[in-house]
Amino acid sequence: MGRYVAKRAATSLITFVATVVLTFILFRLLPGDPITLLFRSPLLTPSEINALNAQFGLNKPLYVQFLIYIKNVFEGNWGISFYYRAPVSQVLFPAMLNSVILLLPSTILAVVIGVGLGILAGWKRNTMTDVGILSFSLVLYALPTFWLGILLIMLAIKTGIPVSGMVSIGVTFSNPWQYIINVLKHLFLPMITLTLVTLGQFSIIMRNTILNELTEDYALAAYSKGMSDRRLLIKHIVPNALLPTVTIIAISIGTVVAGAVLTETVFSWPGVGTLIYDSIARRDYPVLQGAFLIIALVVILSNFVADVIYAFLDPRVKYS
Amino acid sequence: MSARAVWKTYTSNKKGVVGLAILVFLAIIAIFAPYIAPYNPNAIDPNAILQPPSPKHIFGTNELGQDIFSLVIWGSRISLLVGFLATAVAMVVGTLVGIAAGYTGGLVDEALMRVTDFFLVVPAVVLAIVVAAVLSSSLLNVILIIGLLSWPSTARVVRSQTLVIKQLPFVEASKAAGASSFYIMRRHIFPNVMPLVYANTALTIANAIFTQAALVFLGVGDVRDISWGQILHFAYSSGAITAGYYWYAIPPGAMIVVAVLGFALTGYALDEVFNPKLKEGVVFAST
Repeated sequence: MGRYVAKRAATSLITFVATVVLTFILFRLLPGDPITLLFRSPLLTPSEINALNAQFGLNKPLYVQFLIYIKNVFEGNWGISFYYRAPVSQVLFPAMLNSVILLLPSTILAVVIGVGLGILAGWKRNTMTDVGILSFSLVLYALPTFWLGILLIMLAIKTGIPVSGMVSIGVTFSNPWQYIINVLKHLFLPMITLTLVTLGQFSIIMRNTILNELTEDYALAAYSKGMSDRRLLIKHIVPNALLPTVTIIAISIGTVVAGAVLTETVFSWPGVGTLIYDSIARRDYPVLQGAFLIIALVVILSNFVADVIYAFLDPRVKYS
Repeated sequence: MSARAVWKTYTSNKKGVVGLAILVFLAIIAIFAPYIAPYNPNAIDPNAILQPPSPKHIFGTNELGQDIFSLVIWGSRISLLVGFLATAVAMVVGTLVGIAAGYTGGLVDEALMRVTDFFLVVPAVVLAIVVAAVLSSSLLNVILIIGLLSWPSTARVVRSQTLVIKQLPFVEASKAAGASSFYIMRRHIFPNVMPLVYANTALTIANAIFTQAALVFLGVGDVRDISWGQILHFAYSSGAITAGYYWYAIPPGAMIVVAVLGFALTGYALDEVFNPKLKEGVVFAST
């Protein structure tokens, strides 16, 4: 077990290093890369050029630049935002917090509803309920995140539910509760959007895992001995089917994050996704680079945690 | 499996038939766009701005007075083109990487699989946004970016199939008869992994259409090329959504849903045809 965790930690680290190298290539080596362009800007004062030199080592050989870059990334020194004129970490941190406020409840809701629907479909397999849930899930899976957001905005526009931002602008709140309620109102639509586009894949996976479990010999044995379908499902099938689902859900964190980026943009929710969108328009490459690194780091970490949890839960996993 | 047998199994699959019908429908729209679209999609009409659906403009008009029905019809071309070409790139890379990793094994396999893992883990849409934003984002670039981000799942599937096939006696026999590794990969492994690649193709196209729409919606890519994502980009950025011009936003999005469903259903069906293992075992009826 310990060796397995160590090995998975090592591969996760390798994947993160690969991300870091890729960002270096993307932002520094490709023709017309932003840092070099910035460096050639005639608007820079000599002291700013010196500062850039100190930070990026642009007058040094490429491999030295690469080493400086690696050192900076791992020391958390992710550069200065061109737009905010503040360290990238200071710009990223509040956005990350806002993203978590959106991601956490949406993911939990999507998992609970998705897995629930999947169990129901597997239980009522090959009935209208099953077909209905499956079609519903497939359509949700095929819905572009931003389009669902647009549809919900059009539906909500007359109801007074906020469709943009995180808190009403120009309103003074007399107590913290009013503020929280205001934020929750703003959270409503983006959360619904992210939950809906995510839950389809979970219910399909859960249903398929249940049907797979039902083909196992133990299920057939229990069935032939006259165990009721309901008891078989609750006692044996669902617990077994939940195991692989846990990993698959954790692995799909990547797609949830991608969905969040689009959801945030449509609803101008001030998270990392909106920050990426704004930074593209502002050509704020240090922030873009930082946002990408942080997303990659989160996704790689959650995959690692999922694998470890799975190995812990299912002793059949070969630790090789 | 002979072509006829494949066709017979495929057409007996409900999902497959629905998926194929959608694909034929889309192909007709894209190919005959100039004959189906009643207006030139680029034609601006200052006297017909943001008009609701009417017999004259069945899907209404946008903020420039362009006919939305014509835009949606023409938009199918770029959306499908990017889907197909990006997938072609992904299939070539995925098949090559998968066969090379599976057949060669050892360090090559380890290195290639780490790269594959990397692309599997990092959210493709986010990476595509960042890459397309840094590079100049012409149509060709967008196709290449989506293609080069979509190959990992194919590589994984091809690799595991390669591992199975290379153990089979006929490969051993070929090797004993003096065939080179390259010959074996080309003549024995490649034809036997292709069915799996086909099944993966449809799902990859669905994803590529999705990603392209998301990129253009965010304004990454050439927003002058008419595509479903591009129409939605302008519907959103012009403020038509919050003003409640529903006819502007519903048709292009609905087309994306239909296209993604069509390719996804076809993909599932192909997977069931070429991978009948999925159906093994007894699933007794619920009580």
